[in-house]
Amino acid sequence: MLELCNINKAYAEGRKVLTNLSYTLKAGEYVAIMGESGVGKSTLLNLIAGLDTPDSGEIRINGAAISSLDDDAATRLRREQFGFIFQAFHVLPHLTLSQNIALPLLLNGVPLDRVEQMLANVGLRDRGHHFPRQLSGGELQRVAIARALIHRPKLVLADEPTGNLDPDTAHEILQLMRAEIKANGATGIIVTHSHAAAATADMILNLTKDGLHPVESEGA
Amino acid sequence: MNTASLSRWLLFGEWRAHLVQVIVALIAIAIGIAMGFSIHLINTAAFNEFSAASKSLSGQADLQVRGRKAMFDESLYPLLANTAGVALVNPVLELDVAIPGKQHNRNDQKLKIIGIDMFRATQISPDLLGLPAEGETLDRLASDTIFLSPAAMEWLQVKQGDSLQVHAGLQTVTLRVAGGLVRARAGQRIAVMDIGAAQWRFQQLGVLSRIELKLQDGVNHAAFKARLAKELGESYVVAELADQETRVANMSRAYRVNLNMLALVALFTGVFLVFSTQALSVIRRRQQFALLRVLGFTRQQLLRQILTEGAILGVIGSLLGLGLGYAVAALAIQLLGGDLGSSFFPGVQPSIYFDSLAALTFFLVGLGVTLLGSIAPALEAARAKPALALRSGSEDTAMAKLSPPWFAVICLSIAALFTQLPPIFELPIFGYLAVALLLIGGIALMPRFAAWFFSALQARWHSGRIGAVFTLVLARLANAPNQAAVALGGILASFSLMVAMAIMVTSFRVSVDDWLGRVLPADLYVRAASTGDQGGFQPDVQQAVAALPDFDRVDFFRTQQLMLDANRPEITLIARPVDRSDARNTLPMTDAMMAPASWPDGVMPVWVSEAMVDLYGYRVGEKVILPIGATSNEFLVVGVWRDYGRQFGAIQMQLADYQALTGDVSVNTVALWLQTGINLDAAIAKLRQLPFGAALEISRSGDMRALSLEIFDRSFAVTYLLELVAVVIGLLGVAASFSAQTLARAKEFGMLRHIGVMRRQILTILAAEGGLLTVLGIALGFVLGWGISLILVFIVNPQSFHWTMQLHLPWSWLTLVAVIMLVSAALTALLAGRQAVSGHVIRAVREDW
Repeated sequence: MLELCNINKAYAEGRKVLTNLSYTLKAGEYVAIMGESGVGKSTLLNLIAGLDTPDSGEIRINGAAISSLDDDAATRLRREQFGFIFQAFHVLPHLTLSQNIALPLLLNGVPLDRVEQMLANVGLRDRGHHFPRQLSGGELQRVAIARALIHRPKLVLADEPTGNLDPDTAHEILQLMRAEIKANGATGIIVTHSHAAAATADMILNLTKDGLHPVESEGA
Repeated sequence: MNTASLSRWLLFGEWRAHLVQVIVALIAIAIGIAMGFSIHLINTAAFNEFSAASKSLSGQADLQVRGRKAMFDESLYPLLANTAGVALVNPVLELDVAIPGKQHNRNDQKLKIIGIDMFRATQISPDLLGLPAEGETLDRLASDTIFLSPAAMEWLQVKQGDSLQVHAGLQTVTLRVAGGLVRARAGQRIAVMDIGAAQWRFQQLGVLSRIELKLQDGVNHAAFKARLAKELGESYVVAELADQETRVANMSRAYRVNLNMLALVALFTGVFLVFSTQALSVIRRRQQFALLRVLGFTRQQLLRQILTEGAILGVIGSLLGLGLGYAVAALAIQLLGGDLGSSFFPGVQPSIYFDSLAALTFFLVGLGVTLLGSIAPALEAARAKPALALRSGSEDTAMAKLSPPWFAVICLSIAALFTQLPPIFELPIFGYLAVALLLIGGIALMPRFAAWFFSALQARWHSGRIGAVFTLVLARLANAPNQAAVALGGILASFSLMVAMAIMVTSFRVSVDDWLGRVLPADLYVRAASTGDQGGFQPDVQQAVAALPDFDRVDFFRTQQLMLDANRPEITLIARPVDRSDARNTLPMTDAMMAPASWPDGVMPVWVSEAMVDLYGYRVGEKVILPIGATSNEFLVVGVWRDYGRQFGAIQMQLADYQALTGDVSVNTVALWLQTGINLDAAIAKLRQLPFGAALEISRSGDMRALSLEIFDRSFAVTYLLELVAVVIGLLGVAASFSAQTLARAKEFGMLRHIGVMRRQILTILAAEGGLLTVLGIALGFVLGWGISLILVFIVNPQSFHWTMQLHLPWSWLTLVAVIMLVSAALTALLAGRQAVSGHVIRAVREDW
């Protein structure tokens, strides 16, 4: 589903972060990427999302090279096939919960009939008319998960999705996220420093200077 | 580290990060102050020069005695010379003569000739002594000589030894230029002759314009003045120099104050810009400030920090404004003179000087308004609960506190109350305050109105129908209207003021145009220069004109100046045939009229202008005493007419009544109606063929009307310029605010780009937000502007200039301005939005990764 072929990337000041990185992720896999700060986890996610381009190498999604796509095509790809979950939720404060969740459907021009179902799936039934300011952190992240999955993306990218949450809520959110990704048949990549979070994935990958290396999962 | 260092870091950090917004705010303050300061400097310089020039004609006299009319009998002179306490008496004859070949339509085209007694003038007004050629001292007393100021010589293109022809009535007088008046002020066009020669050559034997008195040492001026005024009676006015200064000040005061107020409009618009800059800056840093509060920054320190930032903007902006204002004033004086198109200060050539007190005042105004713009955001930041403020998403709630609806309601209520209050010191102070409060209240209501309007739109247009982009646009406008509305503060202020000014000027112009049609009904107007107290046309001349075959109707007018109050400029008395059965057939009457049937028998009716009602308290049905005739006589005010030509007051009466009272059968103006089929040029040619034809000033009513409207447009040119500046400041405000908000929304746009919103869609969102807000702003601005125009038309103008007008809306002009504003604001939003689609915005969510 996702192929990383000999990816090289250096920062503007010349410091190399990714060197000859290669990896293949199969459809339906759910992996966690861990690694030291500054090792290039963010850069890797930007490259996969088509928000940045590698200095060399190729990234393919279902066989199509995304690094060669222009901005509009990369945007269209993200819109249709990707879902994003951020550490800081990034829920628009002036939209209701329903509107926030419906955004990808609106962007893709498809009917909005899954919104209520997704709200129910993430435990926010009957709260679609609420605004984000009326929600707790855990609830906001539920909204973000619903938004990331409502349009049945092929690939879900999650960045420290529980970094702002207490352990109990974090556990609950991780279970929900896994369940929803699996239920939607999506491929998932979660970037985290938390071993507990990583343990909810099918596989843990450690990003080092030498590339991505599978490590033994502590759970799941 | 101390708090001062922290304060400095915070300030410089913010300014470095948002330099453009800071610069725009500084420009707005600087332009506002510069406009106000420059207009003040120009007006002050022109007024001081005009006042000094007027004073120079009176020299060092302690008191001045004038008649109620232009001239009085010189028999008063020996009487005053023998009055106890008087040290010196100086008789003066003052005449305005026409110059052949020069346009006579405006007062500044006439030459003022002052006839003086050289021996007495040496002691009382030495500046008026002419400088003859060497060895020709007796030229000062010669009957054919005249001394000209340098400005007059330049204007007339003559030099010492040349001959000069002037018109007095229908007579041409030839004089020899014997020398100059070296001490005349720059730009002052005056001429001096021996008083006896002037009386003789201009047929003014036995009359004077004024008598100047120098009192003996130790005489109490006020007591002497009071006693003399009592002795001389109603026919004379005894005035001090200070009274004369008051008169000069009164002449132009309303105009000067109105222009200053207009200049402050630019500053007023700037205040909204400062407010929006500060408010957005505070909202953007809400989490920063909450963190500082958590770390131990006190509320007072935070308040001080934000106010200090505002104060520094105010200080720098005001100083820049003072420098710019001085430069603009100096340039304007060079290019336009001191008149600014108003004709209040004709001929003066003032020079600008730096007025420290005014500079300090404008500096404090600049600083004050900047602090005013900062105080609400500062208080909000200081009062915010750190725990809540640390959370994102509470920005709009915070901004809502900046524009509470009760504040708007209070402002609008007080504005309504102020419209009902009378003027103070004959100035519409409450009118101006009502305009300001209406504007502030209207703008404070903008967020509520926007929320209501866009919520209604949102409810009507379902998301599925309008797509993601417009769902986002409407959701933001409906649910976060405060941040968006603050961007519109400046544009709303400037647009509504533009609308108000456009309606006011159009109403005025259309009213003046109608009025000109009413007051200039004839085809031709023929004038001759007055000679003192006598009109230029004597009965034989009147008969000669009336006997011409080309005209259906010939009306004669006798116009002269009357002084009713020593502290006010003279009023104009116009004696002419008035349709007794219905004055509306002759004069542009208001509704205040008495039906002729209700006039008591034997009274002489007068029709007074609106200024007479305001300034002298005249009322319809009231009997008034006027100094017309050998003694003062009683008249009945039977109607009020509209006069846009004389803001200090005018009275019309029947010519027959005037002639019966005064015995004066001369007239100044003849109105001529052509017979059908007679060619206008041919009729003018016949008038020119009369024996005195060359001395006639003949005007076609169409030309007079065109010239009047041209003068009108010229006098409003400065108004348009000031309004344009206000609009530019408003647009700068939109640019700065949209730019600031785009930066503040970096994470939002970053997230949207992640989930598949394209660059052009983000730009569409911004342009649509800007466009929709501007449409709403224009609609609300129009309503506000219309409300303000009502205050300007029905309160400020009548209270300032003592005339009323009818309301007229310039639809095409308003539509054009609205379209320009809409396109400019949408483009501005679009340009500001370029940052929103740049790469770094996509990475704005990076802090989480």
